[in-house]
Parts: sequence; C-alpha cells; structure tokens
Amino acid sequence: MNIPYRPLALGFIALVFSVLVLERAQAGGSHFYAPVADPVVKEECGSCHLAFAPSMLPASSWQRMMGELKNHFGDDASLDADTTAKIARYLTANAADASGRRYSGKLLKGVALSSAPQRITELPKWVREHRKVPDWEWRHKDVRTKANCVACHADAEQGYYDEHSITARK
Amino acid sequence: MKNAIAITLAMLLSTASSAGPREDQLAQYAAATKSAGFSAARGQTLHTQNFAGGKPDTPACTSCHGKDVRGAGRTPVGKAIEAVAVSVTPTRYTDPAKVEKWFKRNCNEVLGRECTPQEKGDWLTYMIAQ
Repeated sequence: MNIPYRPLALGFIALVFSVLVLERAQAGGSHFYAPVADPVVKEECGSCHLAFAPSMLPASSWQRMMGELKNHFGDDASLDADTTAKIARYLTANAADASGRRYSGKLLKGVALSSAPQRITELPKWVREHRKVPDWEWRHKDVRTKANCVACHADAEQGYYDEHSITARK
Repeated sequence: MKNAIAITLAMLLSTASSAGPREDQLAQYAAATKSAGFSAARGQTLHTQNFAGGKPDTPACTSCHGKDVRGAGRTPVGKAIEAVAVSVTPTRYTDPAKVEKWFKRNCNEVLGRECTPQEKGDWLTYMIAQ
C-alpha cells in the first residue's frame, strides 16, 4: 500500500496551525480577561473603579476581599449580606483558578494561592508586563493610579488588554 | 365598606407614587425631621463646604463630584461620575435604596459621620433644582 506521506503531513501541519490560531483568537491571546457579565456585580464593583475581571485573581483572593469590604483599600465599601454573598459567588466561580480559564494561568505564576493577593497590580506577571511604564506616566493627571486600567487600555471594559490598543500619555 | 377603604388606599398610594420616587424620598426625609422644610441653598452649602471630620483626600462632596454640579465628576481611581444635577442626569435618585447607600458611604467619607435626614433632604432638593 502506498501511503501519501506528503499530503498527510501538509494537512496535519495546516490543522495544527489553525488550531493554534483559533485558540489564540478565542482567548484573545493571553491578554483577554472576560469582563463582568452579571449586572449586580457590574453595578456594585464598577461604580468607583472598573469592575475588574474575576479571572484576574484567584478565588482565595476574592473570598478574602468580600470578607473585608468594610476596609476596602481604605474605603468602606460594605454591602448587605445577600448582595455580598451573591457577588462573592460570582467572583469565585469565575476566578483565575476556576476550571477552564487557562488564559489566567500566566497571571497566577509565582503566586501562592494561600496568600490570597488583593492587588492585581502586585502580581508578578502584572509587574513584569508594566515594567517599562515610566513613573511620570503613572502620575499623569489622566492616570493617577495603577488601578485605572482604562486610562491606557482603551478596551479594558471589554476585557482586552493587548499592547496594540494602548493609549500613550504625553 | 371594606372595598371603599381599599380603593381609597389604592388611590392614595398611586398618587403618592405618581409624584415620583424622588418626591417620595423627600417626603420620607421630611417625616424624619421636625423642621419647616428643605432648602436648596443649604443643600448647596453642604455640597461645596469643606469638612474636617472625614478623610483628608475627600474634604468635600466636590472633591469627587467636581465644582460644577452639571459636569461629570471623577472617583479617586479615575472613573467618571455622571453629573449630580437631575437636569443633566434625569435617571438619578430614582432608586431609594441606591440613594441611601451612597449617602451613607459618601457622608462617612466626607463628613466622618452619616448625614441627617435634614441634610439629605436639603442636598436632594438642591440637586433636583439644578
């Protein structure tokens, strides 16, 4: 029997290539973090700051945060018990270490889940990705804080943090 | 007779709600105070004045909401806040629970205490007039 090695190999290469491309497109590379879809979570977590994607922190972090709303980075952000529980459920169910969220894996590299980190901006991957941003740009009047993702990432609300969509300051 | 009472009650309730949620809320604040009413001028003073009891970063309502009640404000994290004046943001103050939630949070931040029903009524009266 004569096996057509060449066409088979070519076909295989094409298949692998499209799988890789499609997977990247689906996840938006490693720079897509699905935005909050729940209206209550969006309202309660998105009034003062961007409703940060739940996949940016592990479940342990969200649990700790929702238990300490009375001192939320210096502010009292406490809510009634029902709303707090509902939000905690959503955040932990969609956390970075929840199943099927591989694109958040890199963000958790070097992070001890038991340490329940509270600041996304202190995760090793975040720090590495932003190492070239100069000090003056953080202090810019339209930026002012590292929590202000949309100041530079124009599509952050939609979950995209690619380098192409960055607004540079002057 | 029972029916008549029910109908009267229903009519009373429906006129109360047709006045709008903002008016209902003002009526509730009024019921909680023994004063002669609310004043937009006092509300304006409350909105613009500096307080020492709250957080140093936010001495006044205007610290985040901006000096112009018809303009957008900005949270300390940089997120835009819709204008506080009803004329610019007509959807504002129509959900009583939301109004109470933000009075509680913001008064604690700025004044270092909760606001009184009188203060809330004055402030709301000012914003409705703007």
